[in-house]
Amino acid sequence: MKTVMNGDFAASYGAMTSDVKFVAAYPITPQTLIVEKLSELVADGELDASFVKVESEHSAMAACIGAQAAGIRTFTATSSQGLLLMCEVLHWAARARLPIVLANVNRAIAPGWSIWADAQDSISQRDTGWMQVYAENNQDVYDSILMAYKIAEDNDVLLPMMVNLDAFFLSHTSEVVDLIDNDKAKEFLPAYDPEYKLDPNNPRAFGALTSPEHYFEFTYKMFEAMEVAKKKITQVGKEFGDIFGRYYDMTESYKIDDAETVLVTFGTIAGTAKESVDRLRKEGKKVGNLKIRVFRPFPTEQIIDALKNAKRVVVIDRDYSYGNEGAFYTEIKGALYDANLRIDTYGMIAGLGGRDVSTAVIKEIVEKAETSEPNKTYFIGVKR
Amino acid sequence: MLLQLKLPSIRLNKEISVEEKKIELNKVDEFPPMPVSLGSMRVNKTSSWRNFRPIIDGEKCIGCGICWKFCPEPAIFPTNPPEVDYDYCKGCGICIANCPVDAITRQDETK
Ligand code: SF4
Ligand code: SF4
Repeated sequence: MKTVMNGDFAASYGAMTSDVKFVAAYPITPQTLIVEKLSELVADGELDASFVKVESEHSAMAACIGAQAAGIRTFTATSSQGLLLMCEVLHWAARARLPIVLANVNRAIAPGWSIWADAQDSISQRDTGWMQVYAENNQDVYDSILMAYKIAEDNDVLLPMMVNLDAFFLSHTSEVVDLIDNDKAKEFLPAYDPEYKLDPNNPRAFGALTSPEHYFEFTYKMFEAMEVAKKKITQVGKEFGDIFGRYYDMTESYKIDDAETVLVTFGTIAGTAKESVDRLRKEGKKVGNLKIRVFRPFPTEQIIDALKNAKRVVVIDRDYSYGNEGAFYTEIKGALYDANLRIDTYGMIAGLGGRDVSTAVIKEIVEKAETSEPNKTYFIGVKR
Repeated sequence: MLLQLKLPSIRLNKEISVEEKKIELNKVDEFPPMPVSLGSMRVNKTSSWRNFRPIIDGEKCIGCGICWKFCPEPAIFPTNPPEVDYDYCKGCGICIANCPVDAITRQDETK
């Protein structure tokens, strides 16, 4: 059923269509609407789930961990400072191999106090063991949540997944979203039935003391699971497409076959980049765009394949790893190195704290790359 | 009264037969995905290090449920009066310290 809704509601309905049984969340702008809608859906009896009010994001994730360990499908949502407060328990959820799904509205970190789009929050949680998806539009948010459960709950994956959406550009912007029928959704995503769960009739201790004798292997198992997840994400994206007509993968290439300059983007900037590619091509510039939809696990192989013929790789980061460069830029360069590809790269930091990255800005970025020294980081639009 | 609190009464089903198999984790493929005991909680009576046991005086008890709520294990069943599960009570004394009518006393286990 096609309807118009903002990105936050798309996340709430994504959780509802996934038939989650437990929601614990703490409101924070611009995620608040996700929580409000879910509490409404539960109160109105449209969603048969427990909705638990908590006093912080740390508690929200802790409650989800408890519920998920008891064997039910859980959901939570947060943003920015809230995600940072969750940090400790994010690690816990991942190492306990609980396939929790979390919607994070990408918002800048204070100070200066900011409620606007910026991926610093989730990028700084890169090494928590969570898989990370960056949505381009509201349909992507909705579909990604459904796919996230399917991927995360796979017995060979069992890792939590974070679906990220840009503050305001998605969270508070209405678009057409095609909602999936509950019965059809159940065919795609069967009920959650984990092998390991808390059960008074089959008591187990979870997360017990683990000596140097065994800790190492549990981390190795997460490495294996992430490798499986790479394949699983592609496979589930295709399966989803075969049923619902919308195909997804870890990356998405747009007009890169003959492109000399390839932009590498994520989140809503990817949408603007594609529009920019069309405009720049009209000016005779051979530009393409590679969207990184999944950041963890990192799609190294797909990236190498997409960039191998490029002359210039221009990575746009809406984040900055203090003391180095944009996080995506570092990792894209790492992927190219793996394949012995010595291509000129440009790290472009843009759009921090919600500053708009328009087609004009992307045009400026391409021009900057054409006229600047490669293998360096540039902050785009600094007032000088 | 305890009943007014609508306390959930979850007890381990101790009747379930326990297959006491030693789990050897020598190869990574034999590991469960997360550090989880494979049923050992049934045989691991975690009360072995207890130095003293709490004794509840049913006469003094007013059935407030505070001991049940505070027990970290949890090793207290919300019956009226409450009952201690000595297989898992670790003797921390939290129940004793928090009982409002001093209905719980400590008995030395080492004697
Ligand atoms: S002594 Fe501690 S573990 Fe034992 S029943 Fe009291 S609170 Fe629980
Ligand atoms: S705290 Fe004391 S009075 Fe209250 S239920 Fe426990 S033993 Fe009884």
